[in-house]
Amino acid sequence: MAYYSEDDLNRFSEIGKYRPDLFEKFMAWYHACQEDGALSRREKALIGLAVAHALQCPYCIDSFSQSCLESGSNMEQMTEAIHMASALRGGASLIHGLQAHDSVNKVSM
Amino acid sequence: MSTALPFIPAESAANSSIDFDEKLAAHGMELRAAAVDTLQVNVGKLCNQVCKHCHVDAGPGRTEIMTRETAEQVIAVVQKFRISTVDITGGAPELNPSFRYLVTKARALGAHVIVRHNLTVMFEPDQEDLPGFFRDHSVEVVSSLPYFLEEQTDAQRGRGVFEKSIEALRRLNAVGCGIEGSGLILDLVYNPVGAFLPPPQTSIEADFKRELATRYGISFNYLYTITNMPIRRFLDFLRRSGNEERYMRKLVEAFNPGTVQGLMCRTMVSVDWTGRLYDCDFNQMLELGVAPELPETIADFDPENFARRRIMTGPHCFGCTAGSGSSCGGAVAVSALGDR
Repeated sequence: MAYYSEDDLNRFSEIGKYRPDLFEKFMAWYHACQEDGALSRREKALIGLAVAHALQCPYCIDSFSQSCLESGSNMEQMTEAIHMASALRGGASLIHGLQAHDSVNKVSM
Repeated sequence: MSTALPFIPAESAANSSIDFDEKLAAHGMELRAAAVDTLQVNVGKLCNQVCKHCHVDAGPGRTEIMTRETAEQVIAVVQKFRISTVDITGGAPELNPSFRYLVTKARALGAHVIVRHNLTVMFEPDQEDLPGFFRDHSVEVVSSLPYFLEEQTDAQRGRGVFEKSIEALRRLNAVGCGIEGSGLILDLVYNPVGAFLPPPQTSIEADFKRELATRYGISFNYLYTITNMPIRRFLDFLRRSGNEERYMRKLVEAFNPGTVQGLMCRTMVSVDWTGRLYDCDFNQMLELGVAPELPETIADFDPENFARRRIMTGPHCFGCTAGSGSSCGGAVAVSALGDR
C-alpha cells in the first residue's frame, strides 16, 4: 500500500464524513485565506508553495504548484519561493548549532 | 470557484456533472445566441507552425484551405447583411491565396477586420510586407505569445518561434501597430503552456506589458487569456501525459455561471474552409455543426435564423466557462475584464 496517492487529493472531502460542520468551516477558512486582500492571490500562492515545501507535503506541493501557475507565476519565481523555504529550514537547523556549541562548552574546560 | 485557488474540491469529482447543458440547466440557464455581430472565418488548416496546443491540428502539411469561390460567398454575406466584424483565422490565414482578398473586400465594406496572426508567418516567402498591409487596412492584429520568455514560448510553439515572434512584434510596432495613439490595434494572446488554467487576465497583462517593454522595447494594446481546449493536439497531449481526467475535472469544477452571458458563441458564427457553419471554431474542429434546423452553409446564411439560435455544446464548452472564462477575446466574466 502506497502511503501517498495523487487521487487522495480528490477524496479530500471524505475527511468531512464524521464532522462535516468542522470540514465546512475549514474549507471556508481555507478559501477565504487565499482571496485577494492586502496580499494578492499570486503572492499567497507563492507563500503556499514555500510552506508546502517546508512541510514537505506532496499534496500541498501539487496543489500550490498548479495554483502558482494559474495565478501567473513562472518557474523562476516559484523556484525562488522554494529556496526561501529551504533557506529558512536550513537556517533554523543551523542556528541550533549554537545549542550544540553551548552544550559542549558547558562541559568543557 | 476561483481558478487561482489550489485544487481541493469541496465535492467528489464523481458527483460533478460533465454534461454542459445539464450544468447550465442546474443554474437555470440555456445557451442561445444573442446576435450575429461577428463572422469568424477559418480559411484553412495550413500553417507554418506546429504548435503543441493547436485545436485545429494545423501545420505545413495540411492542404485544407478555403477556395476563392467560398471566400467570395463570405464577402457576399458580409455585404448583404452588413456584418460588423470579420475575424479571420486558420492555420496561418495569411498563407491562403484569398487572404488579402478577404481583408481588402471586408474593409472596403466597412467591416472591422481581425486577423489571428501567428507572427512568424511574416518571415515566410512573400509575407514580409504584412505589417504594412495590416497598417494600410487598419486590421486589428491578434497574435499568440504564450509567455514573455523564450523557454515557455518555444516549448509550446516550436524551437526558434520566440526569437522570430519578438522580431515580428518589433516590425509591427515599427508601422504603428500596438503603439498608443496610432489607432492600430495589436493584441496578444496568452495560452497556458500546459494542463492548467490561465491566470487572471489583468494581472498577467500587466506582467507582459512590463516585461516586453523593459526586455525588448515592445508595446501592445490588450492581452487576452485563452484556456487550452481539450480538442485535437492539446487533447493528445493531455492523454499522452496522463492529464486528461484531471484537466477535465479542473474545467468542470471551475465552472463559472458568470461567464455564460459573455461567451463568444452568443454573438458570432463560425465558417470553415468549405463554407460550412458552426457555433464556434472549437465546434468546427469537432465537426459539430449548427443546430439541425438551421442552414448548414454560408451560401444559405441569414442572420435572422441565427440570431436567437440554440447553440450546440459538448464537454469542451467547460473550457470557455472555467474560472474567468475564455473566448477569442480573452476572459469573459465581467469581473475579469477590468476597464476594457
